[in-house]
Amino acid sequence: MTAVDNTQNPARSDEGAIARFLRATEIDARMLGMVAALLIIWVGFDIYSGFLRDGEGLFGGSFLTPRNLWILLVQTSSIAVMTTGMVLIIVMRHIDLSVGSILGFTSVCIATMQVFWLGPMLGVGHPSIWIVTLILGLLLGGAIGAFHGTLIAYLGIPSFIVTLGGLIVWRGAAWAVIRGETVAPMDKNFKLIGGGISGITPGSIGATASWILGAVICAAIIYAIYNNRVQRKRFNFPQRPMWAEYFLAITGCILALGVTWLVNSYYWPKGVVDRYVQATGIEVPPEGINIAFGYSVPVLIAMGVGLGMSFLATRTRFGRYVYATGGNPEAAELAGVNTKKLTVMIFALMGVLAAISASISSARLDSATNALGQFDELYVIAAAVIGGTSLAGGLGTIYGAMLGALVMQSLQSGMTLLNFESATKDIVVGCVLVFAVFVDQVYRRRVK
Amino acid sequence: MNAKKASSAKVHENRGTPLVEMKDISIAFGGIKAVDHASIDLYPGEVVGLLGHNGAGKSTLIKILSGAYKRDHGEIFIEGKPVAINNPRDAKAQGIETIYQTLALADNVDAAANLYLGRELRTKFGTLDDVAMEAECRKVMGRLNPNFRRFKEPVKALSGGQRQSVAIARAIHFNARILIMDEPTAALGPQETAQVGELIKQLKAEGIGIFLISHDLHDVFDLADRLTVMKNGRVVGTAHTSDVDHDEVLGMIIAGKCPPNAIPGPGALRSAA
Ligand SMILES: Nc1ncnc2c1ncn2[C@@H]1O[C@H](COP(=O)(O)OP(=O)(O)O)[C@@H](O)[C@H]1O
Ligand SMILES: [Mg+2]
Repeated sequence: MTAVDNTQNPARSDEGAIARFLRATEIDARMLGMVAALLIIWVGFDIYSGFLRDGEGLFGGSFLTPRNLWILLVQTSSIAVMTTGMVLIIVMRHIDLSVGSILGFTSVCIATMQVFWLGPMLGVGHPSIWIVTLILGLLLGGAIGAFHGTLIAYLGIPSFIVTLGGLIVWRGAAWAVIRGETVAPMDKNFKLIGGGISGITPGSIGATASWILGAVICAAIIYAIYNNRVQRKRFNFPQRPMWAEYFLAITGCILALGVTWLVNSYYWPKGVVDRYVQATGIEVPPEGINIAFGYSVPVLIAMGVGLGMSFLATRTRFGRYVYATGGNPEAAELAGVNTKKLTVMIFALMGVLAAISASISSARLDSATNALGQFDELYVIAAAVIGGTSLAGGLGTIYGAMLGALVMQSLQSGMTLLNFESATKDIVVGCVLVFAVFVDQVYRRRVK
Repeated sequence: MNAKKASSAKVHENRGTPLVEMKDISIAFGGIKAVDHASIDLYPGEVVGLLGHNGAGKSTLIKILSGAYKRDHGEIFIEGKPVAINNPRDAKAQGIETIYQTLALADNVDAAANLYLGRELRTKFGTLDDVAMEAECRKVMGRLNPNFRRFKEPVKALSGGQRQSVAIARAIHFNARILIMDEPTAALGPQETAQVGELIKQLKAEGIGIFLISHDLHDVFDLADRLTVMKNGRVVGTAHTSDVDHDEVLGMIIAGKCPPNAIPGPGALRSAA
C-alpha cells in the first residue's frame, strides 16, 4: 500500500489557529457562530434590563437568572419540537405551512375529548384520560400529516399549496369543533406535560432526578466519543487528535452539568411550597425549605424529540434517504429510494410532532382555543432557517434548528422582559431572520 | 453481400440466449418519439457500443432498461425470460447496474453514502453502519482512483473525475450481471479513461455484459464486440466491430446509412438497403 495521509481533513499550511481547532474537533463554524450570537443576545438583554431595574442576573439585569432561563427553555420547547420535523421537510425541498393550524386543531380535539367526552364518561381526573387523549392526538396529527403528504407525493400538488390549504382548513376546523370557545380545564395529569404545577404536583422532575439525568448525559457523551474512536480504530481510519477528544468530552459534560445546575437553581414559589407543606405535613426547618424544579417535562420532551430526531436523521436509512433525496431527488429515485413514500412519511412525522407541541402548548395554558399555535409555522420555519437549514434542500441539522428556536425565543422573551410592544417585537424578529440568513449566505460563499 | 450479412447474423444466433434482449421498444415524451421501435441485445461477456448523435435516444433507451423510464411499448427479456422493469429497484433486482450520463449522485452526502445509496450496510441494531461503508468505500475507490482521499466530504466538493469514479464504483460494487455505462469517461482525463478501459476488459472477462455509450469511436472500436447505431430514436443498424470500419460507422451515425455488413434496423435509409 502506498503512503497514506492519515488525517481526516489534511492540514493546510496557510490555516490559522481557529481553523485548525475547528478542523481537529470537527465542530461546525456556523454552530459556533450561533452559540456566540446566543450568548451576545443573553448578555445584552441582561445588561440592558439591568439599566431599567436592578435584578438578580449575572450582569445585574433580570435575563440571566435561573427563573428566566428556566421559563425560556419551557417556552422554547413547543417550537423546538416542531422545528426538528421542519428541518427534514425543508431538507427534502418541501415546506409545511400548516403546522400551526394542525397544532390548533389537535389541541382543541384533545381538550374536547378530555372535557366533554372522557372526563364525564370516566370521571374527571381518571388516570387513563391523559394517555388516551395524548395517543389519539398524536394519531390525529400523524393522520393529517400523512394526508398532506399523500396529496403532495401521489397527486403531485406542490407542498406549498397543500399546506397553505391546510393552514386555512385546519384553523377553520379548529373553530368548527369548539365554535370559538375556550375549552378548559385540561386533565390534571395531562397538565404536567406543560411543565406547570398541577395542585402540588410539579411538571418537572426535581433536583435529584435532574442531577441523575445530567450525569447520564455526561456518561452518554463520553461513551459516544469513546465508541466513535473504537469504531474508527477498528478500520484503521484517521482519528481526531486526543486533545480534541478531551476538549469535546469536557465541554459537553460542563454544558450538561451547567444546564442541570441551572434548572436546579429555580425553586418553587412560596405559595406552592406552603400548599405542599400543608398537604404533606412535613417538618419545615427554621430557614424554610427550597424545592428545586429541575428539568421540566416539556423541556425533557423537547430533548427527547431532539435526540430521537437526530438519531433518525443521521443514524438510520430513513434519514439518509431524506438527505439524499433533498440533495438530488432524481439520483435518489434512480438509486431505488421510494421518494413518494418517503414524502408521506416525513409529513406524517411532522403532523405527529405538531400534535406533541399541541399537547405541550395546551397543557401549559391549561386550555385550548382555536387560535392556539397561530403563526407558529412561521417561527418554526424561521428557527430551522436560522439554524442553518437551506431552503434549496439537502442541508440542515436538527441541533442547529433547535438552537435556532432558542435564539428566536430568547429574542422574544428578552423583548418581553424589556416591555417592548408586540409590534416592535414582530419587526425585530422578522429583521433578525432576514439578517441571519444573509450572514449565513455570506459565510457559505466564503467557505466555498 | 447478402451471404455476408446472413453469415454475421448466423454468428449471432449461435451464441445461445442473449443476456438482455430489448424488443421493439418505444417511448414518447409529449409528441417527441425519443425511442421508436428500437431493438437491441447483449450477450454475457460482451460489450455492445451504443452510438449516435446527441438526442438520438441512447440514454432514453438504456434508462428504460435501468427502470428510470417506463416504456410505452415493447418487451424486455433477461436470459430469455420476459421481465417487468417498472422502476430502478426492479432493474437492480435483475442485476442491472447503471452509470448514468448525469452520474446521478446525491451531491450533499459523501462518497460512501452514494456508493451504498439504496442498499446501506446496517449494524445489528438496524442503524447505518457508516464505518463499515466507509471501509468498503475506501477499498473500491482505492482500486479505481488510488489518490482519492476525500471520503468525508460531500461529493459536490469533488472533481469531475472523482465524481465519475464514485459513480463507477457504485455500479461495479454490487456484482452486476449487466452493466450500463452512459458516457462513463466524459469527465475523465486520458489516463483515467485508459483505466476505465482496463476495467471494462476485466469486467467483460468476468462474464458481465456491458452496454457502452460513448462519443469516442476509437473507444468503441477498441472495447466493443458489437455496436448499435441510433438516429432520431430509431436503430440504424447493428454490426460486429470487426465487420465495419470507422467511415461506415460515421455514415450510420450521420446519414443513417446502413453498410452491407450490418443488420439494418428500422432507422436505416431505405435506399441503402
Ligand atoms: N425526460 C424527458 N422529457 C422530455 N424529453 C426527453 C426526456 N428525456 C429525453 N428526452 C428527449 O428524447 C430525445 C432523446 O434524448 P436522449 O436519450 O437523452 O439522447 P442521447 O442520449 O442519445 O443524446 C431528445 O430529443 C430529448 O430531448
Ligand atoms: Mg445521452
